[in-house]
Amino acid sequence: MGMTMTQKILAAHAGVEKVEVGQLIQVDLDLVLGNDITTPVAVKEFAKMRLKEVFDKKKVAIVPDHFTPNKDIKSAEQCKCIREFAYDMEIENYFEIGEMGIEHGLIPEKGLVVPGDVAIGADSHTCTYGALGAFSTGIGSTDMAAGMATGKCWFKVPGAIKFVLKGKPAEWVSGKDIILHIIGMIGVDGALYKSMEFVGDGLKHLSMDDRFSMANMAIEAGGKNGIFPVDDLTLSYVKEHAQRSYKVYVADEDAVYDEVYEIDLSTLSPTVAFPHLPDNTRKIDEVGEVKIDQVVIGSCTNGRIEDLRVAAKILDGKKVAKGVRVIVFPVTQKVYLQAIEEGLIQTFIKAGVVVSTPTCGPCLGGHMGILAKGERAIATTNRNFVGRMGHPESEVYLASPAVAAASALTGKITNPKDVA
Amino acid sequence: MKANGKVFKYGSNVDTDVIIPARYLNTSDPAELAKHCMEDIDAEFVNEVEPGDIIVADKNFGCGSSREHAPIAIKAAGVSCVIATTFARIFYRNAINIGLPILECPEAVEKIQKGDVVEIDFSKGVIHNMTKCESYQSQPFPEFIQEIMAADGLVKYITKSLQE
Ligand code: SF4
Repeated sequence: MGMTMTQKILAAHAGVEKVEVGQLIQVDLDLVLGNDITTPVAVKEFAKMRLKEVFDKKKVAIVPDHFTPNKDIKSAEQCKCIREFAYDMEIENYFEIGEMGIEHGLIPEKGLVVPGDVAIGADSHTCTYGALGAFSTGIGSTDMAAGMATGKCWFKVPGAIKFVLKGKPAEWVSGKDIILHIIGMIGVDGALYKSMEFVGDGLKHLSMDDRFSMANMAIEAGGKNGIFPVDDLTLSYVKEHAQRSYKVYVADEDAVYDEVYEIDLSTLSPTVAFPHLPDNTRKIDEVGEVKIDQVVIGSCTNGRIEDLRVAAKILDGKKVAKGVRVIVFPVTQKVYLQAIEEGLIQTFIKAGVVVSTPTCGPCLGGHMGILAKGERAIATTNRNFVGRMGHPESEVYLASPAVAAASALTGKITNPKDVA
Repeated sequence: MKANGKVFKYGSNVDTDVIIPARYLNTSDPAELAKHCMEDIDAEFVNEVEPGDIIVADKNFGCGSSREHAPIAIKAAGVSCVIATTFARIFYRNAINIGLPILECPEAVEKIQKGDVVEIDFSKGVIHNMTKCESYQSQPFPEFIQEIMAADGLVKYITKSLQE
């Protein structure tokens, strides 16, 4: 009986030939990540171990991104705590504002995860790096502390669901629409404990940015990780961003999957998740009349350069609808700069859009665009739980950058093909 | 390592909010948390629980938020093990990391009833129902997880192994 791609990476990092579903193993880590919310708790636990240093200064990354630039005194104190820790421990990959970005955009861009790695992060969307053919997953603060101390983490070997993607997506159908479709199909616990392995011919039509946004939302289906095979596109991304050597793992032909789904990408439409769960999805044609007050384009799901390009293409030369607030968050400083160089930021500002420095901001209802009671937003983020972007009686609809930008022009949820 | 105690039994999807309601999260003191453990689904739990007792539940135990307060409250209430059909992923990790033994065993969940007295041998993964004179087999923890449990959690385990 063969192993899945995820199982092979885990076996190699546990130093064993073979692993089986359900087996508990201890693996060597290539990266331990934390942010400004989870790291302070991990720092406290780390202190209990009375260690003078972390296991490897190069393999720990700390990114203050949730409440930064500090939104209030409490968040300033939290950031101070992790900044001091990072300096004391000489953490090489501590990224202060000015050089940072939202962690899951920044880490791949800095080349800190490469194919074949095992990465953990005290943030549930750490699963994003599966796009690179790595095993990466979210863990708790105690795990982060232990990971920083020992360079190891224990795992229960997951089973897997295989998604065979075929055909070419139509215009205006992106990775975000594909993953929303999948979550709608299997439900928010459809992949509990499991790996989601994406394979098939259809992958050649998916850019790295599409794949990042799909792997990012594996957790929204309850998945332990989402993972893509490594192809030429992955390798060119890795060569452009990383200096480290990498290793390509391929699932065995006789690997066992709990379920296999075939998805013909050419049949998918732009898809929107209605409140208050990411699996509450509808095709754009079935959305009906949904008026919106705010549009958020950005986050670790969809704040990359292609996302901004699509949005700018739709907004170019036009004005956002009166009464709608539109906020764009580039995922990193680098993406921000690139957007300036390509003229996208000009397009946004001329259209009446606010452009923010990279931060998690409104994605988790932190700051920079909170909703009032009864307000509605369409967002390219990944969660639409009750109160996620502000007041408990506000609503978040999840969609792609194209749908979000089209909706910005009309003030209601809109099919991009109707405005392009 | 062994556990022995009487059983409290619950259904599926026992979430972190009922294990320890958010209104008590202004403290992380285990003894304080233990006073309110399970109170929203079983008000008698805190009065009846005795050191060593065991919780048995169906699917997806511990779903919801990633708060480590949930397993901390259960452990501080004196519970020696939670047996369930499945656990929510982050609860599973957090429980082991704070030194609360947990086992997945659908057969045990099906057959054990409230009030049964159960003994567990963690090294073998054997759950023995003393009331019914039956045994159920779950996957035993590998040695290092047993050591984490014996050391009372991951941080203490690491601290100890670093000193040696
Ligand atoms: S952008 Fe949103 S989902 Fe992503 S790390 Fe920040 S808060 Fe979490």
